Amino acid sequence: MSKKKEQDTRFAKFGTVSFTATTKVNGFIDHLEAGKVMGTRCRGCGRMFFPPRADCYACLSSDMEWTQVDGAGKLVTYSKLEYAPVGFEADLPYRIALLDYGEYKVFGRIASDISDEELEIGMPMVTRANTLPSGRLNYVFDRTSPS
Amino acid sequence: MAKVGIIGVGQSSFVRGYPGSVRELAFEGFKEAMADVGISNKDIGASVVCSAPEYDKQRSPAGVFAEYLGLVPQPTFYMESLCSSSSMGLRVAYSLIKSGLHDVVAVIGFQKMSEISSAESQERMGRGADIQWESPFGTMMPAYYAMYARAHMNAYGTTPEDLALIRVKASTYGQINEKAVYRKPVTLEMFSDKTSPMAGPVAAPLRVGDCCANADGSSCIIVANEEKAKAFSDKPIWILGLGAASTAVNLAGRDLFTGLTTARQAARQAYEMAGLGPKDIDVAEVHDCFTIAELMAYENLGFAEPGEGKELIKSKETYKEGSIPVNVDGGLLSKGHPIGATGGSQIRTIVLQLRGEAGEMQVKDPAIGLVHNIGGVGLYGNVTILGR
Repeated sequence: MSKKKEQDTRFAKFGTVSFTATTKVNGFIDHLEAGKVMGTRCRGCGRMFFPPRADCYACLSSDMEWTQVDGAGKLVTYSKLEYAPVGFEADLPYRIALLDYGEYKVFGRIASDISDEELEIGMPMVTRANTLPSGRLNYVFDRTSPS
Repeated sequence: MAKVGIIGVGQSSFVRGYPGSVRELAFEGFKEAMADVGISNKDIGASVVCSAPEYDKQRSPAGVFAEYLGLVPQPTFYMESLCSSSSMGLRVAYSLIKSGLHDVVAVIGFQKMSEISSAESQERMGRGADIQWESPFGTMMPAYYAMYARAHMNAYGTTPEDLALIRVKASTYGQINEKAVYRKPVTLEMFSDKTSPMAGPVAAPLRVGDCCANADGSSCIIVANEEKAKAFSDKPIWILGLGAASTAVNLAGRDLFTGLTTARQAARQAYEMAGLGPKDIDVAEVHDCFTIAELMAYENLGFAEPGEGKELIKSKETYKEGSIPVNVDGGLLSKGHPIGATGGSQIRTIVLQLRGEAGEMQVKDPAIGLVHNIGGVGLYGNVTILGR
């Protein structure tokens, strides 16, 4: 009898609901568990990618190294959801947003303890690994220093 | 170069809860287009069936429809680019005809959205974005467009009231379009009345009234080479320009948040191919899946400078009597947005306008019309320019 090949499904832990379980950048989840949000940098041409990619479209190399999303990015824009797609109802209300780090941008959620009044387009924010109440993992945008 | 013409247009009424199967829904748009041109289904050399998958159970609808519509044994296949599927279908039909492979091609768009709940529909539409890196955060189309709205407001001082004016315009024409799903009036006051459903929160800064109406519907466009177009029709409408573009699916891969690069690029291509510019357009259909989408379209198509789109709606220049009438059939906001049928319906509206057959919605003597049809959050952009 042949043994069923085991699938690496680490990515199934990403976000409130994950829609894909296997990816070549599954290591992202291990880094997230260790408190780090990582992108990839192409060893071929030096291009930085977030979200992380296994393959570089610029030089077609698949030789990548993990690089941490570090320091502050600027808040480009955001939206506060008052209505959620199936599976996200318990998270309401929540805000999705985009941070600009110059070399790359990061799409994610704003930390739930930050009030709407604190938010201003262009403000600096950091990207922080986060464990959801369900035990699943994502990352959130937070204040640059504790308030 | 020989021209390619549109000789027949049709659409079903856009409704909630169509009481039939998808093949029967497709038949409605097809029947109207066939009656419009008066040809036999044996005159059609191929059919392109367009929709966004996942809303219905039928896999590979092209073959099912071709049999139901009497289009076998001619070749048929499926075309998908989310909400711009049937504009992409028209692009493919154009190339099938230009290549000489076929003389006459039917572009059939459809979507039956009402078999699933609105929240399920949001989840499916949301999966038209990046399912690996964005969807796990709980994204949906209104929220993505709301991010563009916030950026536009921040950069140019656009207000929620400016956006509401676009919905008010849509309802003006939805009321007189007998094919529209939403036929009630919408007033600016409704947006500030907390008891009105229009003011209900969805994804700030967008409200319920800023969002298009889901609907079931079908459309059909019959396209022919110059010889057949002239033989079959005494009022062909010619395809003068076509543009199409794509961009990064994840917003993290984009640089512009106050407009859609794909719309700009598709418009530039279409204008160049037609040898025309924004000032030559007499009537337009734009992809107003959300009010902000129409405002950005004004700017991306060159009807207004970046940031000045709000002036067009405030001065009512995009009303039927204005300098550039836009969506005078109610648009996606009031006519409804059955994903795969939408592009074909927009094209039908412009064809009827150019023929002078738009009834109460008729703009005064237009010669050149434009269709702007977007898939996803500006992931796919299609612009088509038509003329008499």
